[in-house]
Amino acid sequence: MNPALRARNHPGYWAFLVHRVSGILLALYLPAHFWVLGLALHDAARLDAFLRWTDQPLVRLGEWGLVLLLAAHFAGGLRLLALEFLPWREWHKGLAALAAGVTLAFALAFALAL
Amino acid sequence: MRTLEVRVWRGGAEGRFQHFEVPRRESQTVLDVVTHIQRAQEPSLAYRFACRVGMCGSCAMTVNGVARWTCRTHVDRVAPDGRLEIAPLRNLPVIRDLVTDMREFFDKWARAKGRFEGRRTRRDDFERVAPDSEARRQVDAAIECIGCGVCYSSCDVVAWNPDYLGPAALNRAWTLLRDVREATNPERLRAVAGDAGCHACHTHLSCTERCPKQISPTAGIAGLKRAAAAAALKGEL
Amino acid sequence: MSARREALLWAAQRASAALLALCVAVHLATMIYAVHGGLSAAQILERTRGNAAWLAFYSVFLLAVVVHAPIGLRAVLAEWLGWRGASRDWLLAAFAAALAWLGARAILGVFL
Repeated sequence: MNPALRARNHPGYWAFLVHRVSGILLALYLPAHFWVLGLALHDAARLDAFLRWTDQPLVRLGEWGLVLLLAAHFAGGLRLLALEFLPWREWHKGLAALAAGVTLAFALAFALAL
Repeated sequence: MRTLEVRVWRGGAEGRFQHFEVPRRESQTVLDVVTHIQRAQEPSLAYRFACRVGMCGSCAMTVNGVARWTCRTHVDRVAPDGRLEIAPLRNLPVIRDLVTDMREFFDKWARAKGRFEGRRTRRDDFERVAPDSEARRQVDAAIECIGCGVCYSSCDVVAWNPDYLGPAALNRAWTLLRDVREATNPERLRAVAGDAGCHACHTHLSCTERCPKQISPTAGIAGLKRAAAAAALKGEL
Repeated sequence: MSARREALLWAAQRASAALLALCVAVHLATMIYAVHGGLSAAQILERTRGNAAWLAFYSVFLLAVVVHAPIGLRAVLAEWLGWRGASRDWLLAAFAAALAWLGARAILGVFL
């Protein structure tokens, strides 16, 4: 295994990495998201054109990816709130797996809805 | 006879791994391997140990990438394929070979006010400490730390933030924060909060994963975060 | 003082996180509903425009995001880019302002 990973290959670390990376990507996405929605204010034509663009399969896949990121950050965040505010118990080590499960449930629900 | 292929770090911050072949024995620990190398093959190898029985924490090293007590690490467990890589603990300056300079580790312990200061003198009556109180149970869960450095060596935030006090120092500060006999807790809270203190912890849980005494410094650090927030909101921090 | 500032930022981050937990749950459910129902943009805007409840909800959502995202990025900038100090905090304040401005325009466009 990659030497950098050997010490870090445990659930808590992966949960942290997913939470941080999803947070960064969402933070970068938000300004664009708001700007597009803001087009509804006085550039409806441009908004319509943009929304037609989003009908493409690759863009749909990107949307699903965003839902995955949001679900992951959300579930990981709930886990962190539990870790920081509830008295520590051994079963808290399983929270990472639980968060992963919740994430996949949301992502699957969105995929099925598509 | 079966042999182990062992790579051992030689040098300081700059150095290289030296290769040894070590006879494999039953119930062998990694400390046994290092001891054999120093006694039978390479007398100049520098390493630390003391009790050999998992009580002092002196023999902590990085074994196949993971910080462990070498006296309590059976070769069979970590090297099923007969390959061992032994290096000094991470996040600490290397004095030579497998020996690290622990000064910064203990300096941070002091900076976190990891020292007990009681309120009472010998002329006062004893302080009553209920062993089953919530506070004492929290202290008991974290009090067994022997300062071995495994958690500090496993922490990514320590690597990313040179000022970060680290899991051991913060864990000790937590046990003192919850000690009813303690006199200096307001200053202690100020010492451990901040971006070099508990707020730099991102709950990776590497410390909790690796602690040979099954302590969870993350839990104590979470307690420090809560205490600091409460104090700040009350204008006491 | 660093201790007080960090403690308050931590508290704000967790408070906004708790609020966002609710908002994101609603938002995700709404998105799944909208996509499943095959609603077009025009159909969605029909339901959102002039809706005071959704306007209020997304205003609260936006406020929580404007607090939460910059504080989250603060740690990343310090640890992964080595950027600490006042200049980093000024950039994040500007980012927060930009998010608030763009977000307000979006809310006005979709819900007013």
